[in-house]
Amino acid sequence: MNETVQTPPRNVIEVRDLVTHYGDRMILKGISMDVRADEIMVIMGGSGSGKSTLLRHLMALEHHTSGTMRILGEDIDELSGVELVELRQKLGVAFQGGALFSSMTVGENVMLPLFEHTELDRKTMEIMARMKLEVVELGGFETLMPSELSGGMIKRAAFARAIVMDPKILFCDEPSAGLDPVVASQLDDLILLLREALGMTVVVVTHELESAFKIADRITVLDRGEILFIGTPDELRADPSQRIQNLLNRVAEDDNMDADAYLNRLTGEEPAYRPL
Amino acid sequence: MIPTDTRHPIKATTEKIGRAAVAGVEEIGLGAMMVLESFYWLIFGRREKQTVRLGAIAEQCMAIGIQAVPIIALLAATIGMMLAIQGIHTLRIFGAESRVTVGISFSVVREFAPLITGIVIAGRSGSALAARIGTMKINQEVDALYVMGINPVRFLVVPAMVAMLIMVPALTLFSDFVGLFFAGVYVNLDLGISLAAYMDQTIDLLSVDDLMHGLGKSVIFSILIAVIGVVNGASVQGGAEGVGKATTRAVVQSISAIIVTDMLFAFVVTR
Repeated sequence: MNETVQTPPRNVIEVRDLVTHYGDRMILKGISMDVRADEIMVIMGGSGSGKSTLLRHLMALEHHTSGTMRILGEDIDELSGVELVELRQKLGVAFQGGALFSSMTVGENVMLPLFEHTELDRKTMEIMARMKLEVVELGGFETLMPSELSGGMIKRAAFARAIVMDPKILFCDEPSAGLDPVVASQLDDLILLLREALGMTVVVVTHELESAFKIADRITVLDRGEILFIGTPDELRADPSQRIQNLLNRVAEDDNMDADAYLNRLTGEEPAYRPL
Repeated sequence: MIPTDTRHPIKATTEKIGRAAVAGVEEIGLGAMMVLESFYWLIFGRREKQTVRLGAIAEQCMAIGIQAVPIIALLAATIGMMLAIQGIHTLRIFGAESRVTVGISFSVVREFAPLITGIVIAGRSGSALAARIGTMKINQEVDALYVMGINPVRFLVVPAMVAMLIMVPALTLFSDFVGLFFAGVYVNLDLGISLAAYMDQTIDLLSVDDLMHGLGKSVIFSILIAVIGVVNGASVQGGAEGVGKATTRAVVQSISAIIVTDMLFAFVVTR
Protein backbone atom coordinates (compact mmCIF):
# COMPACT_ATOMS: atom_id res chain seq x y z
CA MET A 1 0.00 0.00 0.00
CA ASN A 2 2.01 2.97 -1.22
CA GLU A 3 -0.88 5.43 -1.08
CA THR A 4 0.14 6.31 2.47
CA VAL A 5 3.14 8.15 1.03
CA GLN A 6 0.88 10.55 -0.85
CA THR A 7 -1.16 13.06 1.06
CA PRO A 8 -4.57 11.52 1.57
CA PRO A 9 -7.62 13.47 0.35
CA ARG A 10 -8.89 15.75 3.05
CA ASN A 11 -12.36 14.34 2.74
CA VAL A 12 -12.36 10.57 2.72
CA ILE A 13 -16.08 10.48 1.99
CA GLU A 14 -17.95 13.06 -0.07
CA VAL A 15 -21.69 12.71 -0.56
CA ARG A 16 -23.51 15.16 -2.82
CA ASP A 17 -27.30 15.39 -3.22
CA LEU A 18 -27.82 11.70 -2.49
CA VAL A 19 -31.38 10.59 -3.20
CA THR A 20 -32.43 7.00 -2.56
CA HIS A 21 -35.65 5.06 -2.81
CA TYR A 22 -36.94 1.90 -1.23
CA GLY A 23 -39.53 0.75 -3.74
CA ASP A 24 -41.51 3.91 -4.48
CA ARG A 25 -40.75 5.46 -1.15
CA MET A 26 -38.07 8.15 -0.99
CA ILE A 27 -35.76 7.45 1.96
CA LEU A 28 -32.91 9.95 1.62
CA LYS A 29 -34.00 13.28 0.19
CA GLY A 30 -30.87 14.84 -1.25
CA ILE A 31 -28.16 14.46 1.34
CA SER A 32 -24.80 16.21 1.15
CA MET A 33 -22.11 15.51 3.71
CA ASP A 34 -18.38 14.95 4.05
CA VAL A 35 -16.32 12.82 6.35
CA ARG A 36 -12.83 14.20 6.96
CA ALA A 37 -9.72 12.11 7.28
CA ASP A 38 -8.97 10.80 10.79
CA GLU A 39 -12.16 12.05 12.37
CA ILE A 40 -14.88 10.14 14.15
CA MET A 41 -18.15 11.04 12.48
CA VAL A 42 -21.29 9.97 14.29
CA ILE A 43 -24.50 9.73 12.30
CA MET A 44 -27.50 10.10 14.57
CA GLY A 45 -31.23 10.02 14.19
CA GLY A 46 -34.30 8.24 15.42
CA SER A 47 -35.70 5.02 14.00
CA GLY A 48 -36.69 5.51 10.40
CA SER A 49 -34.61 8.66 10.01
CA GLY A 50 -32.64 7.02 7.20
CA LYS A 51 -29.38 6.68 9.11
CA SER A 52 -29.02 2.96 8.49
CA THR A 53 -29.87 3.52 4.83
CA LEU A 54 -27.19 6.21 4.61
CA LEU A 55 -24.68 3.82 6.15
CA ARG A 56 -25.57 1.08 3.66
CA HIS A 57 -24.98 3.55 0.84
CA LEU A 58 -21.68 4.71 2.33
CA MET A 59 -20.60 1.06 2.36
CA ALA A 60 -21.61 0.83 -1.32
CA LEU A 61 -24.16 -1.89 -0.60
CA GLU A 62 -27.09 -0.19 -2.37
CA HIS A 63 -27.71 1.69 -5.58
CA HIS A 64 -28.82 5.29 -5.29
CA THR A 65 -31.36 7.09 -7.43
CA SER A 66 -29.34 10.25 -7.99
CA GLY A 67 -26.44 12.20 -6.57
CA THR A 68 -22.77 11.30 -6.30
CA MET A 69 -20.67 9.55 -3.72
CA ARG A 70 -16.90 9.60 -3.57
CA ILE A 71 -15.14 7.26 -1.16
CA LEU A 72 -11.37 7.76 -0.75
CA GLY A 73 -11.50 9.97 -3.82
CA GLU A 74 -13.21 7.39 -6.05
CA ASP A 75 -16.65 7.94 -7.53
CA ILE A 76 -18.31 4.64 -6.70
CA ASP A 77 -20.60 4.78 -9.74
CA GLU A 78 -17.60 4.68 -12.03
CA LEU A 79 -15.80 1.74 -10.46
CA SER A 80 -15.57 -1.64 -12.18
CA GLY A 81 -16.14 -4.85 -10.25
CA VAL A 82 -12.44 -5.39 -9.55
CA GLU A 83 -11.91 -1.74 -8.54
CA LEU A 84 -14.83 -1.97 -6.14
CA VAL A 85 -13.30 -5.09 -4.58
CA GLU A 86 -10.03 -3.20 -4.19
CA LEU A 87 -11.79 -0.21 -2.63
CA ARG A 88 -13.64 -2.49 -0.23
CA GLN A 89 -10.36 -3.82 1.10
CA LYS A 90 -9.75 -0.32 2.44
CA LEU A 91 -13.09 -0.29 4.27
CA GLY A 92 -13.89 -2.19 7.44
CA VAL A 93 -17.39 -2.76 8.74
CA ALA A 94 -18.56 -3.83 12.20
CA PHE A 95 -22.19 -4.82 11.77
CA GLN A 96 -24.86 -4.33 14.39
CA GLY A 97 -25.25 -8.03 15.18
CA GLY A 98 -21.60 -8.78 14.48
CA ALA A 99 -22.45 -10.81 11.36
CA LEU A 100 -19.76 -13.34 12.23
CA PHE A 101 -19.95 -16.49 10.11
CA SER A 102 -21.44 -19.07 12.43
CA SER A 103 -19.77 -22.02 10.70
CA MET A 104 -16.28 -20.64 11.33
CA THR A 105 -14.29 -20.12 14.52
CA VAL A 106 -13.59 -16.60 15.74
CA GLY A 107 -10.03 -16.86 14.43
CA GLU A 108 -11.17 -18.03 10.99
CA ASN A 109 -13.69 -15.21 10.87
CA VAL A 110 -10.98 -12.64 11.52
CA MET A 111 -8.65 -14.32 9.03
CA LEU A 112 -11.19 -14.55 6.20
CA PRO A 113 -10.40 -11.17 4.54
CA LEU A 114 -6.67 -11.99 4.64
CA PHE A 115 -7.34 -15.43 3.24
CA GLU A 116 -9.41 -14.03 0.39
CA HIS A 117 -7.36 -10.98 -0.55
CA THR A 118 -3.73 -11.75 0.29
CA GLU A 119 -1.18 -14.41 -0.60
CA LEU A 120 0.19 -14.68 2.94
CA ASP A 121 0.89 -18.11 4.37
CA ARG A 122 -1.49 -19.43 6.96
CA LYS A 123 0.93 -19.03 9.88
CA THR A 124 1.32 -15.30 9.16
CA MET A 125 -2.44 -14.87 8.81
CA GLU A 126 -2.98 -16.60 12.14
CA ILE A 127 -0.49 -14.27 13.82
CA MET A 128 -2.13 -11.20 12.29
CA ALA A 129 -5.57 -12.40 13.36
CA ARG A 130 -4.31 -12.99 16.91
CA MET A 131 -2.78 -9.51 16.98
CA LYS A 132 -6.10 -7.93 16.06
CA LEU A 133 -7.90 -10.08 18.60
CA GLU A 134 -5.43 -8.84 21.23
CA VAL A 135 -6.31 -5.25 20.27
CA VAL A 136 -9.99 -5.92 21.05
CA GLU A 137 -9.00 -7.90 24.17
CA LEU A 138 -10.11 -11.24 22.81
CA GLY A 139 -6.67 -12.87 22.83
CA GLY A 140 -6.94 -16.63 23.31
CA PHE A 141 -10.54 -16.83 22.08
CA GLU A 142 -9.72 -17.60 18.44
CA THR A 143 -10.68 -21.28 18.62
CA LEU A 144 -14.19 -20.61 19.96
CA MET A 145 -17.26 -20.55 17.76
CA PRO A 146 -19.28 -17.29 17.57
CA SER A 147 -22.19 -19.02 19.34
CA GLU A 148 -19.95 -19.47 22.38
CA LEU A 149 -19.34 -15.73 22.79
CA SER A 150 -21.35 -13.13 24.71
CA GLY A 151 -22.98 -10.18 22.94
CA GLY A 152 -20.17 -7.77 23.77
CA MET A 153 -17.52 -10.27 22.73
CA ILE A 154 -19.24 -10.86 19.39
CA LYS A 155 -19.15 -7.12 18.70
CA ARG A 156 -15.47 -6.93 19.63
CA ALA A 157 -14.70 -9.94 17.42
CA ALA A 158 -16.56 -8.14 14.62
CA PHE A 159 -14.29 -5.12 15.20
CA ALA A 160 -11.24 -7.39 14.98
CA ARG A 161 -12.46 -8.73 11.64
CA ALA A 162 -13.25 -5.22 10.42
CA ILE A 163 -9.71 -3.95 11.14
CA VAL A 164 -7.72 -7.00 10.07
CA MET A 165 -6.91 -5.49 6.67
CA ASP A 166 -5.93 -2.16 8.31
CA PRO A 167 -8.75 -0.25 6.61
CA LYS A 168 -8.68 3.49 6.02
CA ILE A 169 -12.32 3.86 7.03
CA LEU A 170 -14.09 1.88 9.73
CA PHE A 171 -17.91 1.80 9.72
CA CYS A 172 -19.74 0.81 12.90
CA ASP A 173 -23.46 0.14 12.87
CA GLU A 174 -25.05 0.71 16.29
CA PRO A 175 -22.04 -0.49 18.29
CA SER A 176 -23.80 -0.19 21.64
CA ALA A 177 -27.21 -1.61 20.65
CA GLY A 178 -28.34 -4.43 22.89
CA LEU A 179 -25.45 -4.11 25.34
CA ASP A 180 -25.42 -3.09 28.98
CA PRO A 181 -24.06 0.41 29.69
CA VAL A 182 -20.67 -0.80 30.96
CA VAL A 183 -19.94 -2.98 27.94
CA ALA A 184 -21.30 -0.27 25.64
CA SER A 185 -18.91 2.24 27.20
CA GLN A 186 -16.01 -0.20 26.74
CA LEU A 187 -16.86 -0.39 23.04
CA ASP A 188 -16.78 3.42 22.85
CA ASP A 189 -13.30 3.32 24.38
CA LEU A 190 -12.34 0.69 21.84
CA ILE A 191 -13.45 2.93 18.96
CA LEU A 192 -11.37 5.80 20.37
CA LEU A 193 -8.41 3.46 20.80
CA LEU A 194 -8.67 2.16 17.23
CA ARG A 195 -8.64 5.69 15.87
CA GLU A 196 -5.61 6.60 18.03
CA ALA A 197 -3.65 3.41 17.49
CA LEU A 198 -4.43 2.63 13.88
CA GLY A 199 -5.15 6.12 12.57
CA MET A 200 -8.35 5.31 10.76
CA THR A 201 -11.38 7.40 9.98
CA VAL A 202 -14.41 6.09 11.83
CA VAL A 203 -18.06 6.46 10.86
CA VAL A 204 -20.48 5.40 13.60
CA VAL A 205 -24.23 5.12 13.30
CA THR A 206 -25.97 5.22 16.64
CA HIS A 207 -29.03 6.52 18.42
CA GLU A 208 -27.29 6.61 21.81
CA LEU A 209 -26.77 10.25 22.72
CA GLU A 210 -24.27 9.57 25.48
CA SER A 211 -22.07 7.41 23.29
CA ALA A 212 -22.25 9.94 20.46
CA PHE A 213 -21.11 12.83 22.65
CA LYS A 214 -18.30 10.73 24.08
CA ILE A 215 -16.65 9.65 20.85
CA ALA A 216 -17.69 12.09 18.14
CA ASP A 217 -15.49 14.73 16.55
CA ARG A 218 -18.49 15.75 14.50
CA ILE A 219 -22.10 14.65 14.51
CA THR A 220 -24.56 14.44 11.63
CA VAL A 221 -28.21 14.42 12.67
CA LEU A 222 -30.66 12.91 10.22
CA ASP A 223 -34.39 13.30 10.43
CA ARG A 224 -36.90 11.87 7.94
CA GLY A 225 -34.30 11.51 5.24
CA GLU A 226 -32.90 15.00 5.56
CA ILE A 227 -29.86 16.39 7.29
CA LEU A 228 -30.88 18.44 10.29
CA PHE A 229 -27.47 19.29 11.57
CA ILE A 230 -23.75 18.73 10.97
CA GLY A 231 -21.19 19.97 13.47
CA THR A 232 -19.25 19.32 16.65
CA PRO A 233 -20.93 17.96 19.78
CA ASP A 234 -20.66 21.40 21.43
CA GLU A 235 -22.34 23.07 18.48
CA LEU A 236 -25.06 20.44 18.63
CA ARG A 237 -25.76 21.16 22.30
CA ALA A 238 -25.95 24.88 21.59
CA ASP A 239 -28.20 24.56 18.55
CA PRO A 240 -31.41 26.51 19.05
CA SER A 241 -33.56 24.42 16.65
CA GLN A 242 -36.62 22.91 18.28
CA ARG A 243 -36.24 19.55 16.57
CA ILE A 244 -32.63 19.25 17.74
CA GLN A 245 -33.56 20.18 21.29
CA ASN A 246 -36.40 17.65 21.22
CA LEU A 247 -33.92 15.00 20.16
CA LEU A 248 -31.42 15.96 22.87
CA ASN A 249 -34.07 16.09 25.56
CA ARG A 250 -35.79 12.96 24.29
CA VAL A 251 -39.12 14.65 23.69
CA ALA A 252 -41.37 12.75 21.34
CA GLU A 253 -42.53 14.83 18.40
CA ASP A 254 -46.19 15.09 17.57
CA ASP A 255 -47.11 15.04 13.96
CA ASN A 256 -49.36 17.91 13.11
CA MET A 257 -52.00 16.47 10.92
CA ASP A 258 -55.40 17.83 10.08
CA ALA A 259 -58.49 15.93 11.12
CA ASP A 260 -59.62 15.02 7.60
CA ALA A 261 -56.31 13.41 6.70
CA TYR A 262 -56.38 11.47 9.96
CA LEU A 263 -59.90 10.24 9.26
CA ASN A 264 -58.93 9.21 5.74
CA ARG A 265 -55.98 7.29 7.07
CA LEU A 266 -58.18 5.43 9.51
CA THR A 267 -60.81 4.53 6.93
CA GLY A 268 -58.18 3.57 4.39
CA GLU A 269 -59.68 5.75 1.67
CA GLU A 270 -56.50 7.65 0.97
CA PRO A 271 -53.07 6.13 0.34
CA ALA A 272 -51.76 5.74 3.86
CA TYR A 273 -49.36 8.32 5.17
CA ARG A 274 -46.08 6.59 5.82
CA PRO A 275 -43.76 8.25 8.29
CA LEU A 276 -40.14 7.93 7.26
CA MET B 1 -51.86 -1.19 1.37
CA ILE B 2 -55.49 -1.01 0.35
CA PRO B 3 -57.52 -3.71 2.12
CA THR B 4 -58.43 -6.35 -0.45
CA ASP B 5 -61.89 -7.13 0.93
CA THR B 6 -63.34 -3.76 -0.13
CA ARG B 7 -63.01 -4.68 -3.79
CA HIS B 8 -64.90 -7.01 -6.04
CA PRO B 9 -63.92 -10.62 -5.25
CA ILE B 10 -63.24 -11.50 -8.90
CA LYS B 11 -61.01 -8.48 -9.28
CA ALA B 12 -59.16 -9.35 -6.09
CA THR B 13 -58.69 -12.98 -7.12
CA THR B 14 -57.45 -12.00 -10.56
CA GLU B 15 -54.96 -9.64 -9.03
CA LYS B 16 -53.79 -12.32 -6.61
CA ILE B 17 -53.23 -14.80 -9.43
CA GLY B 18 -51.43 -12.19 -11.48
CA ARG B 19 -49.13 -11.26 -8.64
CA ALA B 20 -48.35 -14.91 -7.91
CA ALA B 21 -47.55 -15.50 -11.58
CA VAL B 22 -45.23 -12.51 -11.71
CA ALA B 23 -43.50 -13.64 -8.52
CA GLY B 24 -43.08 -17.13 -9.99
CA VAL B 25 -41.57 -15.83 -13.21
CA GLU B 26 -39.30 -13.58 -11.18
CA GLU B 27 -38.04 -16.55 -9.14
CA ILE B 28 -37.37 -18.60 -12.26
CA GLY B 29 -35.45 -15.65 -13.70
CA LEU B 30 -33.47 -15.29 -10.49
CA GLY B 31 -32.65 -19.00 -10.60
CA ALA B 32 -31.47 -18.78 -14.20
CA MET B 33 -29.31 -15.76 -13.35
CA MET B 34 -27.84 -17.67 -10.42
CA VAL B 35 -26.80 -20.56 -12.66
CA LEU B 36 -25.25 -18.21 -15.23
CA GLU B 37 -23.47 -16.19 -12.55
CA SER B 38 -22.15 -19.35 -10.93
CA PHE B 39 -20.59 -20.54 -14.17
CA TYR B 40 -19.21 -17.05 -14.75
CA TRP B 41 -17.39 -17.04 -11.41
CA LEU B 42 -16.22 -20.60 -11.94
CA ILE B 43 -14.60 -19.71 -15.27
CA PHE B 44 -13.61 -16.05 -14.88
CA GLY B 45 -13.38 -15.83 -11.08
CA ARG B 46 -9.59 -15.65 -11.00
CA ARG B 47 -9.55 -12.72 -13.45
CA GLU B 48 -12.03 -10.80 -11.28
CA LYS B 49 -10.10 -11.62 -8.09
CA GLN B 50 -12.92 -13.89 -6.98
CA THR B 51 -11.24 -17.28 -7.17
CA VAL B 52 -13.46 -20.22 -6.35
CA ARG B 53 -11.63 -22.20 -3.66
CA LEU B 54 -11.05 -25.90 -4.23
CA GLY B 55 -11.12 -26.39 -0.48
CA ALA B 56 -14.64 -24.99 -0.28
CA ILE B 57 -15.79 -27.34 -3.07
CA ALA B 58 -14.19 -30.32 -1.30
CA GLU B 59 -15.88 -29.34 1.95
CA GLN B 60 -19.27 -29.20 0.21
CA CYS B 61 -18.61 -32.53 -1.57
CA MET B 62 -18.00 -34.02 1.86
CA ALA B 63 -21.20 -32.59 3.34
CA ILE B 64 -23.44 -33.18 0.32
CA GLY B 65 -21.98 -36.42 -0.99
CA ILE B 66 -19.83 -38.50 1.32
CA GLN B 67 -21.94 -37.97 4.42
CA ALA B 68 -25.04 -39.01 2.46
CA VAL B 69 -23.55 -42.39 1.50
CA PRO B 70 -25.05 -44.42 4.39
CA ILE B 71 -28.62 -43.19 3.89
CA ILE B 72 -28.38 -43.50 0.09
CA ALA B 73 -27.04 -47.05 0.48
CA LEU B 74 -29.86 -48.00 2.82
CA LEU B 75 -32.58 -46.57 0.59
CA ALA B 76 -31.09 -47.91 -2.64
CA ALA B 77 -30.87 -51.39 -1.11
CA THR B 78 -34.47 -51.14 0.07
CA ILE B 79 -35.71 -49.95 -3.32
CA GLY B 80 -33.77 -52.71 -5.09
CA MET B 81 -35.34 -55.36 -2.88
CA MET B 82 -38.77 -53.80 -3.20
CA LEU B 83 -38.50 -53.94 -6.98
CA ALA B 84 -37.47 -57.59 -6.79
CA ILE B 85 -40.39 -58.43 -4.50
CA GLN B 86 -42.95 -56.61 -6.64
CA GLY B 87 -41.43 -57.87 -9.89
CA ILE B 88 -41.53 -61.48 -8.83
CA HIS B 89 -45.06 -61.08 -7.48
CA THR B 90 -46.32 -59.56 -10.73
CA LEU B 91 -44.50 -61.89 -13.09
CA ARG B 92 -45.71 -64.94 -11.17
CA ILE B 93 -49.13 -64.27 -12.74
CA PHE B 94 -47.65 -65.23 -16.10
CA GLY B 95 -45.25 -67.77 -14.62
CA ALA B 96 -42.38 -65.66 -15.84
CA GLU B 97 -40.57 -64.98 -12.54
CA SER B 98 -37.20 -65.77 -14.01
CA ARG B 99 -37.52 -62.73 -16.33
CA VAL B 100 -37.64 -60.38 -13.31
CA THR B 101 -34.07 -59.20 -13.98
CA VAL B 102 -35.28 -57.24 -17.02
CA GLY B 103 -37.65 -55.14 -14.94
CA ILE B 104 -35.24 -54.68 -12.07
CA SER B 105 -32.22 -53.60 -14.07
CA PHE B 106 -34.05 -51.07 -16.23
CA SER B 107 -36.10 -49.67 -13.35
CA VAL B 108 -33.14 -49.23 -11.04
CA VAL B 109 -30.70 -47.72 -13.51
CA ARG B 110 -33.14 -45.55 -15.50
CA GLU B 111 -35.57 -44.47 -12.79
CA PHE B 112 -35.21 -45.39 -9.18
CA ALA B 113 -31.53 -44.75 -8.52
CA PRO B 114 -31.54 -41.18 -9.89
CA LEU B 115 -34.92 -40.45 -8.35
CA ILE B 116 -34.16 -41.69 -4.85
CA THR B 117 -30.73 -40.02 -4.86
CA GLY B 118 -32.22 -36.75 -6.02
CA ILE B 119 -34.95 -36.85 -3.39
CA VAL B 120 -32.54 -37.66 -0.55
CA ILE B 121 -30.11 -34.92 -1.60
CA ALA B 122 -32.98 -32.43 -1.95
CA GLY B 123 -34.16 -33.27 1.57
CA ARG B 124 -30.68 -33.31 3.08
CA SER B 125 -28.68 -30.69 1.22
CA GLY B 126 -31.18 -28.55 -0.68
CA SER B 127 -32.85 -27.68 2.60
CA ALA B 128 -29.50 -27.14 4.32
CA LEU B 129 -28.45 -24.77 1.55
CA ALA B 130 -31.67 -22.76 1.82
CA ALA B 131 -31.40 -22.61 5.62
CA ARG B 132 -27.74 -21.63 5.53
CA ILE B 133 -28.16 -18.83 2.99
CA GLY B 134 -31.38 -17.65 4.64
CA THR B 135 -29.79 -17.48 8.08
CA MET B 136 -26.74 -15.72 6.69
CA LYS B 137 -28.98 -13.20 4.99
CA ILE B 138 -30.99 -12.28 8.09
CA ASN B 139 -27.80 -12.11 10.20
CA GLN B 140 -26.27 -9.63 7.72
CA GLU B 141 -23.55 -12.17 6.95
CA VAL B 142 -24.26 -11.80 3.23
CA ASP B 143 -23.78 -8.02 3.57
CA ALA B 144 -20.59 -8.72 5.49
CA LEU B 145 -19.31 -10.77 2.55
CA TYR B 146 -20.09 -7.93 0.13
CA VAL B 147 -18.29 -5.31 2.21
CA MET B 148 -15.28 -7.59 2.56
CA GLY B 149 -15.10 -7.66 -1.22
CA ILE B 150 -16.22 -11.30 -1.36
CA ASN B 151 -18.96 -12.05 -3.88
CA PRO B 152 -21.57 -14.17 -2.04
CA VAL B 153 -22.50 -16.14 -5.16
CA ARG B 154 -18.89 -17.07 -5.73
CA PHE B 155 -18.29 -17.80 -2.03
CA LEU B 156 -21.51 -19.58 -1.08
CA VAL B 157 -23.31 -20.76 -4.19
CA VAL B 158 -20.60 -21.94 -6.57
CA PRO B 159 -18.98 -24.47 -4.20
CA ALA B 160 -22.38 -25.97 -3.37
CA MET B 161 -23.46 -26.10 -7.01
CA VAL B 162 -20.21 -27.69 -8.20
CA ALA B 163 -20.32 -30.19 -5.35
CA MET B 164 -23.89 -31.13 -6.32
CA LEU B 165 -22.87 -31.50 -9.97
CA ILE B 166 -20.13 -33.93 -8.95
CA MET B 167 -21.77 -35.77 -6.08
CA VAL B 168 -25.37 -36.32 -7.26
CA PRO B 169 -24.32 -38.29 -10.39
CA ALA B 170 -21.65 -40.08 -8.34
CA LEU B 171 -24.19 -41.07 -5.72
CA THR B 172 -26.62 -42.12 -8.45
CA LEU B 173 -24.01 -44.46 -9.87
CA PHE B 174 -23.40 -45.76 -6.37
CA SER B 175 -27.09 -46.41 -5.78
CA ASP B 176 -27.26 -48.17 -9.18
CA PHE B 177 -24.77 -50.71 -7.89
CA VAL B 178 -26.27 -51.02 -4.42
CA GLY B 179 -29.83 -51.29 -5.74
CA LEU B 180 -28.94 -53.90 -8.36
CA PHE B 181 -26.89 -55.91 -5.87
CA PHE B 182 -29.56 -56.11 -3.20
CA ALA B 183 -32.25 -56.90 -5.77
CA GLY B 184 -29.95 -59.73 -6.87
CA VAL B 185 -29.64 -60.96 -3.32
CA TYR B 186 -33.43 -61.17 -3.03
CA VAL B 187 -33.80 -62.84 -6.43
CA ASN B 188 -31.17 -65.35 -5.35
CA LEU B 189 -32.98 -66.11 -2.10
CA ASP B 190 -36.46 -66.30 -3.62
CA LEU B 191 -35.89 -67.88 -7.03
CA GLY B 192 -32.57 -69.60 -6.45
CA ILE B 193 -30.95 -67.87 -9.44
CA SER B 194 -27.29 -67.57 -8.56
CA LEU B 195 -25.92 -64.08 -7.98
CA ALA B 196 -23.36 -64.60 -10.73
CA ALA B 197 -26.04 -65.56 -13.26
CA TYR B 198 -28.14 -62.54 -12.20
CA MET B 199 -25.18 -60.19 -12.63
CA ASP B 200 -24.37 -61.70 -16.00
CA GLN B 201 -27.94 -61.19 -17.15
CA THR B 202 -28.00 -57.61 -15.85
CA ILE B 203 -24.78 -56.68 -17.64
CA ASP B 204 -26.13 -58.26 -20.84
CA LEU B 205 -29.38 -56.31 -20.62
CA LEU B 206 -28.06 -52.87 -19.73
CA SER B 207 -26.41 -50.63 -22.27
CA VAL B 208 -24.34 -47.50 -21.74
CA ASP B 209 -27.40 -45.59 -22.96
CA ASP B 210 -29.45 -46.80 -20.00
CA LEU B 211 -26.75 -45.76 -17.58
CA MET B 212 -26.42 -42.36 -19.25
CA HIS B 213 -30.20 -41.90 -19.16
CA GLY B 214 -30.07 -42.14 -15.37
CA LEU B 215 -26.90 -40.13 -14.91
CA GLY B 216 -28.05 -37.42 -17.33
CA LYS B 217 -31.17 -36.95 -15.27
CA SER B 218 -29.16 -36.77 -12.07
CA VAL B 219 -27.09 -33.91 -13.53
CA ILE B 220 -30.29 -31.93 -14.15
CA PHE B 221 -31.55 -32.83 -10.66
CA SER B 222 -28.34 -31.56 -9.09
CA ILE B 223 -28.70 -28.13 -10.72
CA LEU B 224 -32.39 -27.98 -9.78
CA ILE B 225 -31.70 -28.80 -6.12
CA ALA B 226 -28.91 -26.23 -5.86
CA VAL B 227 -30.80 -23.44 -7.62
CA ILE B 228 -34.07 -23.98 -5.75
CA GLY B 229 -32.20 -24.09 -2.43
CA VAL B 230 -30.30 -20.90 -3.18
CA VAL B 231 -33.27 -18.94 -4.55
CA ASN B 232 -35.42 -19.81 -1.54
CA GLY B 233 -32.60 -19.01 0.87
CA ALA B 234 -31.91 -15.70 -0.83
CA SER B 235 -35.55 -14.65 -0.69
CA VAL B 236 -35.89 -15.18 3.07
CA GLN B 237 -37.67 -12.39 4.87
CA GLY B 238 -38.72 -11.94 8.45
CA GLY B 239 -36.33 -13.69 10.79
CA ALA B 240 -36.16 -17.28 11.95
CA GLU B 241 -39.72 -18.08 10.90
CA GLY B 242 -38.87 -16.97 7.37
CA VAL B 243 -35.91 -19.34 7.31
CA GLY B 244 -38.15 -22.24 8.33
CA LYS B 245 -40.68 -21.42 5.62
CA ALA B 246 -37.98 -21.04 2.98
CA THR B 247 -36.44 -24.37 3.95
CA THR B 248 -39.74 -26.22 3.69
CA ARG B 249 -40.49 -24.51 0.40
CA ALA B 250 -37.09 -25.44 -0.97
CA VAL B 251 -37.61 -29.14 -0.19
CA VAL B 252 -41.16 -29.28 -1.55
CA GLN B 253 -40.23 -27.35 -4.70
CA SER B 254 -37.10 -29.34 -5.45
CA ILE B 255 -38.76 -32.72 -4.95
CA SER B 256 -41.66 -31.61 -7.20
CA ALA B 257 -39.22 -30.28 -9.77
CA ILE B 258 -37.27 -33.54 -9.70
CA ILE B 259 -40.35 -35.70 -10.25
CA VAL B 260 -41.75 -33.51 -13.05
CA THR B 261 -38.36 -33.24 -14.76
CA ASP B 262 -37.95 -36.99 -14.46
CA MET B 263 -41.16 -37.58 -16.38
CA LEU B 264 -40.40 -34.94 -19.02
CA PHE B 265 -36.87 -36.25 -19.50
CA ALA B 266 -38.10 -39.83 -19.90
CA PHE B 267 -40.77 -38.65 -22.36
CA VAL B 268 -38.35 -36.65 -24.52
CA VAL B 269 -35.52 -39.20 -24.49
CA THR B 270 -37.59 -42.30 -25.21
CA ARG B 271 -39.39 -40.84 -28.21
